[in-house]
Amino acid sequence: MTHVLAATIPDAITFVMAAAICVVGALGVVLARNPVHSALMLVMTLFGVAVLFVEEDAQFLAAVQVIVYAGAIVVLFLFVIMLLGVDQKEVFQRDPLPAQRPVAIALGILGLVEVLVLARGRWPSGARSVSGAIGSPASNVSLIGRSIFTTYLLAFEVTSALLAVAVVGAVVLARRPRHSVGGNEDSTGPVAEPDDDLGGPDDTEPEGVEETIVGSGTPRGESGDIKTSGSLADVEVTGP
Amino acid sequence: MSVSATWYLTLAAVLFTIGAVGLLVRRNVLVMFMCVELMLNAANLTFVTFARRLNDIAGQTAVFFVLVVAAAEVVVGLGIIVSIYRRRPGATADDLHGLKG
Repeated sequence: MTHVLAATIPDAITFVMAAAICVVGALGVVLARNPVHSALMLVMTLFGVAVLFVEEDAQFLAAVQVIVYAGAIVVLFLFVIMLLGVDQKEVFQRDPLPAQRPVAIALGILGLVEVLVLARGRWPSGARSVSGAIGSPASNVSLIGRSIFTTYLLAFEVTSALLAVAVVGAVVLARRPRHSVGGNEDSTGPVAEPDDDLGGPDDTEPEGVEETIVGSGTPRGESGDIKTSGSLADVEVTGP
Repeated sequence: MSVSATWYLTLAAVLFTIGAVGLLVRRNVLVMFMCVELMLNAANLTFVTFARRLNDIAGQTAVFFVLVVAAAEVVVGLGIIVSIYRRRPGATADDLHGLKG
């Protein structure tokens, strides 16, 4: 293990400062009692990691780290903390597993020591520059782009599907629970125009068509609309 | 000459350990989630370090995908947490034993 000061002085200073920022931020995430403080300490760690990315010639990832992690994910955390009002301190009166904390700390130290022992001089013998050399004169962004859109194109496409699923899942999970909607649970049709429902019974249309229009026209999004069209559906069905 | 890769890997190991211990120690679900983010960042640092060491851009590409997956994970996880807190406010990780046999 070469000494840190074997590097040039600016590199060594940058690494030591960024590493200190990372470790202090990580400890702050774990040790802070208030979740808001934990989130802000997480920002500190993320910035430190971004500095280390720049130091390791990964400029694009450093920018993405700051934009996505510090700019979006932590803000999302803070939004949830503030909205739910869970920023009170943790209470430790009732601990169902009293031995968990010391065992966790001991296991963590054990794992760290093991990794550090393994890290001394044992390197994986991977082949060099399989999918593109970093040291080529092209810029970092073009190298990553070429790698993503040629070698890892399938993974990129699957990632887009993953993001779509995540958006749908978040909407479904965070929606308010819907109240007592009888019989309209399995209707997945598009939103019907309100004029069709509110215009009264239309004699020119047969009854089955009217039922399918009302039945399939209930929106799944908001409970208010569902309740409204549900009662309308009852009226339509039971009226004639 | 920049700092040797061993130091970066050591730092990543320390960050990962702090995140893992925090995940085991804390009871607040949101803070546990932040500890998962810490562990993901430690893994990202390892990826970038090996990308530089092996002179291969694939490590940085892997970090890109990890970022995307982390964003999706945070969105879905926070949705779950919001629905849990809406049902039972002030719940900690110990209170969530509805699936326990």
